[in-house]
Amino acid sequence: MIRRLIACLAVICWCQAGLAQGITLQEILRENKTLVEKSSRKTIGPVIEEIAASNLQQAQSFLEAWGGKQVWQRRSDGLFFVGTEVAKRQYALSDPDSGDAVGEFTKKELKQLKPNSGVRALIASALVQFQLSDADPAKRAEALLAMERTPSADQLAPLRISIEDEVDAVLKSRKSRLERLLTISFDPDPATRVAAIQSFDGDLGVDVRATLNPLVAKTLNVTAGDLPDDVNIAGLLKSGTDNLDRVQAYDLLVDSNLAPAPTTPTDIRAALVEHIDGGRVAKVSVDQLSDPVVRRQAYDQLAEQSLAPAFVGEEDITKTLNDYTFYETYAEPSAIVTNAANEALTKIELKVGMNQALDLGLDAISLASIYFLAAIGLAITFGVMGVINMAHGEFIMMGAYTGYVVQQVIPNHTISILVALPLAFAVTFAAGVAMERLVIRYLYNRPLETLLATFGISIALQQLAKNIFGTQARPLTAPGWLDGAWVMNDVVSISYIRIAIFILALIFLGVFLFIMKRTRLGLETRAVTQNPRMAASMGINPERVNMLTFGLGSGIAGVAGVAIGLFAKVTSEMGNDYIVQSFMTVVVGGVGNIWGALAGATMIGFLQKGIEWGNPSNTLAAQTYMIIFIIIFIQFRPRGIIALKGRAVGD
Amino acid sequence: MSTLLEVSGVSVSFDGFKAINNLSFQIAEVELRAVIGPNGAGKTTFMDIVTGKTRPDEGRVIWGDKSISLLRMNEAQIAREGIGRKFQKPTVFEDQTVRENLLMALKKDRGFFAVLFYRPSKVDLGRVDELAEEVGLANELGRLAGELSHGQKQWLEIGMLLAQEPRLLLVDEPAAGMTPEEREHTSSLLVAAAKTRAVVVVEHDMEFVRRLGCRVTVLHEGAVLAEGSLDHVTSNAQVIDVYLGR
Amino acid sequence: MRTSFIAKNPSVLIFLLALAAFTITVTILSEGFGIGIISTSFIKTLGKTLCLCLIAVAMDLIWGYTGILSLGHFAFFGLGGYMIGMWLMYERTRLIVTEALMQGQIPPTDTEIIDGIGNQIFGVVGSSDFPLVWAFADSLGIQLLLVLLVPGLLALVFGWLAFRSRVTGVYLSILTQAMTLALALYLFQNDSGLRGNNGLSGLQNLPGVEAPQSIVSMWFFLASAMALALGYVLAAWIVSGKFGSVIRGIRDNETRVRFLGYSVEGFKLAVFTLTACIAAIAGALYYPQAGIINPAEIVPIASIYLAVWVAIGGRGRLYGAVIGAGFVSLISSWFTGGQAPDIPLGFFTIKWVDWWLVLLGLSFVTVTLFAPKGIGGLFDLFKKDGDT
Repeated sequence: MIRRLIACLAVICWCQAGLAQGITLQEILRENKTLVEKSSRKTIGPVIEEIAASNLQQAQSFLEAWGGKQVWQRRSDGLFFVGTEVAKRQYALSDPDSGDAVGEFTKKELKQLKPNSGVRALIASALVQFQLSDADPAKRAEALLAMERTPSADQLAPLRISIEDEVDAVLKSRKSRLERLLTISFDPDPATRVAAIQSFDGDLGVDVRATLNPLVAKTLNVTAGDLPDDVNIAGLLKSGTDNLDRVQAYDLLVDSNLAPAPTTPTDIRAALVEHIDGGRVAKVSVDQLSDPVVRRQAYDQLAEQSLAPAFVGEEDITKTLNDYTFYETYAEPSAIVTNAANEALTKIELKVGMNQALDLGLDAISLASIYFLAAIGLAITFGVMGVINMAHGEFIMMGAYTGYVVQQVIPNHTISILVALPLAFAVTFAAGVAMERLVIRYLYNRPLETLLATFGISIALQQLAKNIFGTQARPLTAPGWLDGAWVMNDVVSISYIRIAIFILALIFLGVFLFIMKRTRLGLETRAVTQNPRMAASMGINPERVNMLTFGLGSGIAGVAGVAIGLFAKVTSEMGNDYIVQSFMTVVVGGVGNIWGALAGATMIGFLQKGIEWGNPSNTLAAQTYMIIFIIIFIQFRPRGIIALKGRAVGD
Repeated sequence: MSTLLEVSGVSVSFDGFKAINNLSFQIAEVELRAVIGPNGAGKTTFMDIVTGKTRPDEGRVIWGDKSISLLRMNEAQIAREGIGRKFQKPTVFEDQTVRENLLMALKKDRGFFAVLFYRPSKVDLGRVDELAEEVGLANELGRLAGELSHGQKQWLEIGMLLAQEPRLLLVDEPAAGMTPEEREHTSSLLVAAAKTRAVVVVEHDMEFVRRLGCRVTVLHEGAVLAEGSLDHVTSNAQVIDVYLGR
Repeated sequence: MRTSFIAKNPSVLIFLLALAAFTITVTILSEGFGIGIISTSFIKTLGKTLCLCLIAVAMDLIWGYTGILSLGHFAFFGLGGYMIGMWLMYERTRLIVTEALMQGQIPPTDTEIIDGIGNQIFGVVGSSDFPLVWAFADSLGIQLLLVLLVPGLLALVFGWLAFRSRVTGVYLSILTQAMTLALALYLFQNDSGLRGNNGLSGLQNLPGVEAPQSIVSMWFFLASAMALALGYVLAAWIVSGKFGSVIRGIRDNETRVRFLGYSVEGFKLAVFTLTACIAAIAGALYYPQAGIINPAEIVPIASIYLAVWVAIGGRGRLYGAVIGAGFVSLISSWFTGGQAPDIPLGFFTIKWVDWWLVLLGLSFVTVTLFAPKGIGGLFDLFKKDGDT
């Protein structure tokens, strides 16, 4: 209602403005009748500009109608009207200036203006200035967004005008930012542009870099004589150095028609094949042509007979290259501007670099959390109890599949995850207890046998999962509130799911410490692992403690499986991806100590991210190098980062 | 008589606990020595240092006429220098026969190829028989070491040490878990061995030490508390304090 | 010396006789040299099985005798295969490319031929240049040498690092597993120079040899049998003497051996490297029969299977390793090949293709728990019966 009221008021204002000018839209259209009737992108520009610049308040709505193919020409007198369909092939026309209804006409009596997409784009850009001052903030924001996406010189003036009257603080700052960006790109005055560039000192926005980079984009040029004065030269290049390799330099000469193309073996071959004559080419028998020297001789003879272009080889290329000077020019002609832009970019890049390091650090922390989660169960079963469990990865997989099954039953993702976490713990706890009772307890102190037996269980479980769930990956969807990312700036961001995993890892650490240091089970576990006989003689049942501890480690692996399943695919083979890393984490960190697992996970996480950063294209190589590093690391700290020292360790 | 092994000013600590504190110790070329001391006095650590298992934080361990430092060598090199060690628990290769055990220990080139192409000669087999006779296992040569009694295993291990022909023999609690007759046999083995070489025996059992009838070194808190004949040290007030508690 | 050695070890003689009998029988029944009852593809399977038996002997030497559970010997096996595969693939491609180029109007230059080979081999990984590792691919002699040198050197360097830091037991197993994983991951990359996950293929064709596959497969079968015989005798000879005593001593009590004055690290390293070389030879014979090698062959699980074969066969006795590898790998290919009949239970049909691995996995557990001596342990029962 209020919007309508405002619209009415606006209409009244336009009328007054139009009257004051003394010129109407109809007059402008009629003046350019032919252009309007057969509008094309190339010719219609001035007309649209005239309408837009007419200061008529009705111009906006008319342009909108035109762009929306709602402008009709009456065949009887050639006048233009805004028309709306009231019935089939029946249109109600209204005057473009006053908005008064003119009457209803059939389609036969009318001709529709059909602006093509090029013309519509021009109309849309002309509408920008109206939209920038639109009463509706949403429309203004939309217009700004359109300008941010496709900046152009003609947006600068209307944008500047609209800033002053902007009431919305957020939009105002956006407008002012865009104005400065447009100033950098399009303002005629270099000093103004430099000032605008300097105003972005250290700004991390992608838009700033997107604006500055084209200015300092370099183009390779070549000249035989002196350097031209009228261009903004970035620097001289010498061919054959790191800055400019010979091939690139010579290709430029060839492309500029300054030198003949080099003769490749393929060219020679083609020329020779073309001139085979009775088993001979230029008096050389074809049979001899497997020798490149003979080929060259034959080719040179062809060239002498002008049957082929003269041979251009390395020596010729070197000679030619020496005759020319290579230089790079900036796309931006003003040296002051490019200097300022380069300076600003250097500062920005420094800051971007620092932020990237921060981002990398966050990535590394989240990777470390994942490794820690995957390894923490192992830190209990392997680290504390000394049991090698090769099926640990399969417990992670079981946890993840539990999560998947729960999601099939409970569609609400939040609730299903909350149900899945304890359920996964229960399932893998039970599996762990069963495994300890049936297999592992017969194999204590026979680690290599334990390794084999648990490996057998591992492949059996893997195949079982494959038989049940099939080979393709199953989704485990995170609740909606974990979608998205926490964005600090255009460089640093971290997804909520990773934050959640980090928090989960912290919780696990806390739970582990609590169980080991503050509960009866933890005390008994430590007692049993240190001296089972003594513990037994003090009334502790070692069998029960071992069973529960192993179950606990397995259960934690299951919970970790749910967490890992949220961002990795759930397959029957997912355990393989984590088992070696988990053991590495525990071994590198130092066995028998939760802080060791934490330190190991942190080191491996940071290391892997660091290597990936150094060689971003190749995560496989990163893993390879990381494992090699770990092997070497163990040379220097065979007992891990956090080593238990003392005489007991030696035996 | 010249000194065979000289340990001087050696200290080592584990996690801040000083297991050996400025320990000095000497033994002559041919000598039998008993080392006694309460639990945690550093007896085993002392042996670990001499045999290269543990590296001391400071101090020197000098060996032989050429005064070689043992600190830069690993266990196998030290063993080849002529230091044999017997552990507290009998450690023989239970899966192999007594003969194989002794053959392995026989003083021969320990190099890779020498071992690979080694086939026992008559002389070697004769020496093995001799050794078995000496330690009282002549009838057990073909049996698996794992089938021997506890005492027999101890003797086999001593036999293996003798087969190495070491110049210094370090023996850790050889009499533990033995019957009185077995002890007697063991002590006479050690006394006989000490006639041609240096032997250091770590022992708890005073009766056994008395039977060895040799100089005694008392260790306490990682340092030498007293040294002399058994009667001399047992009359020392400090030693009595340490053993009986204050 | 040989006679006395074999005379002292009747089991070696029995094994050699059994192997000879098996080889002769298969030869008589083969398509290539005999009456054609055994198909060529099954000859290949048998030949491959003999290679697996050979690597099992190596595994028994390092694990059963020296006590090092290496989960990396399949990596050496694979590397051996890669080394011979490079020559086979290069040479075959060279013949094909040369022939194709000879059809052109003018004869090709050497550069054109090499470029053509490069395009053929590395086209799948979007390249045509020869990586450095292919420098000697044109020379059979050097590649054969590399079959031993590359895995041998890798084993030497890795072993030196691992043993000198006194990593033992399961830690060492995990470390070897990590090494295998690192190698597999490295080979999976396209720019590893060995065609990434495409691996090397067409290895069953001997370049320049016109003989049909039925004949070629017999050559490889016989070569594998010969290699197994030699490997077995070598291993048996090594473990029979004092060297065997020392390595078994290392297995049972490393510290004691060290205090006896033996350089434990050196002996371990020697056995590790030697067995790596045996594994490499086995691999170099295996992959030409398989026809294709890719990094998936090297992943750690393969080495664990190897350990399982040896465990099932009975470790610490060489014939046990051979029996285990032969038995389990043949039965595996029978079950997973779809030849085993499905078992209908009415409500559910057991398809062996799906359930074999479950059965195999559970059988590891059973063997470890109830028959730690494996199948080879059964022979002890006979022996004891004979004695009493």
